Amino acid sequence: MIKDQEYLKSKASYCLDLAKKFGATDASVTVGNSISESVNFRNKTLDESNRSDSLGISIETYIGNKKSSISSSNLLDENLKILIEKCYETTKITPEDEFNSLPDKDILAKEIKNLNLYDNSHLENDKKIDYLKELEQTASIDKKIINTESTFTENKSNFILANSDGFCNGYKSSSFSASCVAVAKDENSMERDYEFTSKCHLNDIIDPKNLGKTASEQTIKKLSPKKIESGKISIIFDKRIAKGLLSSFASAISSSAIARGTSFLKDKIDHQIFSDTINIVDKPDIIKGMGSQCFDSEGVKSDSLKLVDFGFLKDYLVDTYNGKKLNLKSNGRSGGSTNLYFENGNTNIEELLRIDNRSLYITETIGHGTNLVTGDYSVGATGFLVENGEFKYPVNEITIAGNFNEMFKNVTLANDLEFRYSVNSPTMFIEGMTVAGK
Amino acid sequence: MSKFFDKSDLTRKDVENIVSETLNNCDDGELYLEEAKSESILLDDNKIKSSNYSSDIGFGFRAISDEVVAYSHSNEISKDSLKNSSANLKSTLKSSKGTYNHEIPKTNNKFYDDINPIEQKSLDEKLEVLNKVNNYLRKKESNVKQVTASFSGEQKSIEIIRSSGEALTDIRPLIRFNVSVMLEKNGRKETGVYGIGGRQSYDAYLKNDNWKKVCEEALRIASVNLDSKPAPAGEMKVVLGPGWPAILIHEAIGHGLEGDFNRKKTSAFHDLMGQKVASEGVTIIDDGTIDKRRGSLTIDDEGTPTERTVLIENGILKNFMQDRLNARLMNTKSTGSGRRENYKHIVLPRMRNTMMLNGNHSQDEMIKSVDKGIFAVSFGGGQVDITSGKFVFNCTEAYEINNGKIGSPIKGATLIGDGPSILKEVSMVGNDMMMDPGIGTCGKAGQGVPVGVAQPSILIDKMTVGGTKL
Repeated sequence: MIKDQEYLKSKASYCLDLAKKFGATDASVTVGNSISESVNFRNKTLDESNRSDSLGISIETYIGNKKSSISSSNLLDENLKILIEKCYETTKITPEDEFNSLPDKDILAKEIKNLNLYDNSHLENDKKIDYLKELEQTASIDKKIINTESTFTENKSNFILANSDGFCNGYKSSSFSASCVAVAKDENSMERDYEFTSKCHLNDIIDPKNLGKTASEQTIKKLSPKKIESGKISIIFDKRIAKGLLSSFASAISSSAIARGTSFLKDKIDHQIFSDTINIVDKPDIIKGMGSQCFDSEGVKSDSLKLVDFGFLKDYLVDTYNGKKLNLKSNGRSGGSTNLYFENGNTNIEELLRIDNRSLYITETIGHGTNLVTGDYSVGATGFLVENGEFKYPVNEITIAGNFNEMFKNVTLANDLEFRYSVNSPTMFIEGMTVAGK
Repeated sequence: MSKFFDKSDLTRKDVENIVSETLNNCDDGELYLEEAKSESILLDDNKIKSSNYSSDIGFGFRAISDEVVAYSHSNEISKDSLKNSSANLKSTLKSSKGTYNHEIPKTNNKFYDDINPIEQKSLDEKLEVLNKVNNYLRKKESNVKQVTASFSGEQKSIEIIRSSGEALTDIRPLIRFNVSVMLEKNGRKETGVYGIGGRQSYDAYLKNDNWKKVCEEALRIASVNLDSKPAPAGEMKVVLGPGWPAILIHEAIGHGLEGDFNRKKTSAFHDLMGQKVASEGVTIIDDGTIDKRRGSLTIDDEGTPTERTVLIENGILKNFMQDRLNARLMNTKSTGSGRRENYKHIVLPRMRNTMMLNGNHSQDEMIKSVDKGIFAVSFGGGQVDITSGKFVFNCTEAYEINNGKIGSPIKGATLIGDGPSILKEVSMVGNDMMMDPGIGTCGKAGQGVPVGVAQPSILIDKMTVGGTKL
């Protein structure tokens, strides 16, 4: 059983009291417990079971504008006492920083909405095994599939965030996820692809047959890929890759990157950065949302933000420290975006595939080729060549490159948005990128 | 003897009993205990941005029957918690009847000292070095717009208790010192990053004002990039510099030679044992025994002493890297490559220090032989798709080569290649082998472990460079 609110609250207040007693002027504590149970299957047989029970605490102590922090998984009172004393001593000799402080009291979350993020259902390992059996059975029907690996994970968490200004709140959340990785082989190549599902509630996950079927089909489609010639080409990003570009955008508008001056989007508020059909929203209060939160990691209430409005940048993701530096109020985004998404475009997917008579549909990228300081982008990619709206053949061992400043202005979105992750995008078309191949 | 049970309601005898009773009918398994103390101190934007200390303790209990692994971990070292884990393992392995009890070889070697690097340098001294770095860089160059410098240090104590009651222990120090600098000139911003580290005290790396060298290197890389032109796009010859660029070997070859992917036949290398996978003259080893290196371990996380494993000898594939599970299932022995990020994770076969050994060419010779290509000196991260064999890595410092001469610096670009064939494209191996500066972390299945790489300069005849200039 995960630890209840009472236990977590008692630990948190023990730490806050102790920090005050040592001489801290302010303090903040997060205590969390998370229990996760997973079962792994490989080629239709049980491969691994894993149970994890993690308890953790992190404490920040302030002496005026001085601050330092400690964290530990050992919650014995005796150990906490040693650590808090150490933290206080460290704080004393840490230099002043005028921007260090707890968040302003008036923006702390007051009401905790019920976002339905916790499902008390428990799936015994035997039931998880049944799910995975059915999944792998379906995934391996085609002879070309030579290996399948799948996992079912159930996770339950609870936490309390408390600070010396009287904030003390937390809530339970759960997730149920299943994934399948398939390997297919033919005379020319061996390829891998995957499919997964993850939801707060057990009843909302994709049924095993569909998951296995999709994983298998996506993998087989990739067999016998070709390398294409280097050149300029329009790129269509599958939804699972398009969301990555949105995550990069979120990192570039985080107040820390802006305050440090290390973002290509610094000083771009009220400037047009996307084409004028593009809207980006960050909405923390989606019921059962994978990125939903009642308050951010400092306890600040978070409201919905329209980050990009018809192509214009409207807001950064602001926390207390960097907000003070930038003379902005925290908008409850310490810890980043919540449920971040592009609003639907007005093109359907068939039309998107036909915008250009020859384009490259990307289903996977590898490498960390994103430079947020300059906006330069260059990654390894796999996908399909699309001609006149038709998928022609799989492509791999190529790279695609561009710069976000231009790429963002050339985005056209389809109208197929789904909420599967905490960051979501419709299928995305970007005109005129560079592919390096043969 | 370690002190894991001192503050619990368990005696060592209780623990031994629970372990042996749980693993009684299993093929393998162990109780792994870990205590980690770590710190990180960060200077950023002219200020000490954070100083964090963390102390973590926990156990991971593993039982293996045939191919099935059951694992349970907790950070509560108590009778209840251990018994819960034991029950959980037994419920997964309902009908186990194992026999394997491959003995663990003994070792008297130690590749690092039993020190706690965090306590060997006071916080005041660490803060002073960070401030010196900041002032030094900002004074030295007027277009320095941002400086980030950090210390991270750790001491990890582990104990492995096997079903026989046998206990193996290790104390592992690890430190890293990092500097990143951003320059701005005519509206253009570029960063340079450099770091050093390994399994010794901070001062072993920072003596003689060594921090200045780290600053200069970060600054040099940033300045080079300020003048960089767009990188070319397409297939061309690539000369790799010595040292850190060996992450190419780590990504392209290393992961594909880890035992698990080969037992499961999902690696592009699984059916190539004994075959020629690289040009003649190419020898690659994975070595856990180099004194005080970041990737070195006295014993791995299953208790097996590490070794120098020859992976590819003169072009021929000789060995995979193995942990106990995959070794047993492939009828071979562990190479001391069983590693885990911490007690929360299962053991996987992993790399330690992966190195290509010297050949007899000079870097000069390589560059002179290239009409059109690039010279790559430093890299950021890399990644590989084990199954298709395709791998990438990102240049952070690279130059054009035109008619045998090094030309202008080029912007960061991704290089992509095919693991099983790339080493056949190596046409010259240099005589200037160098270790990396001790900063690598390898990620696999969500677990990061410290690793090292080394290589001499090499010439690759054909690779795809992912720039924007056609």
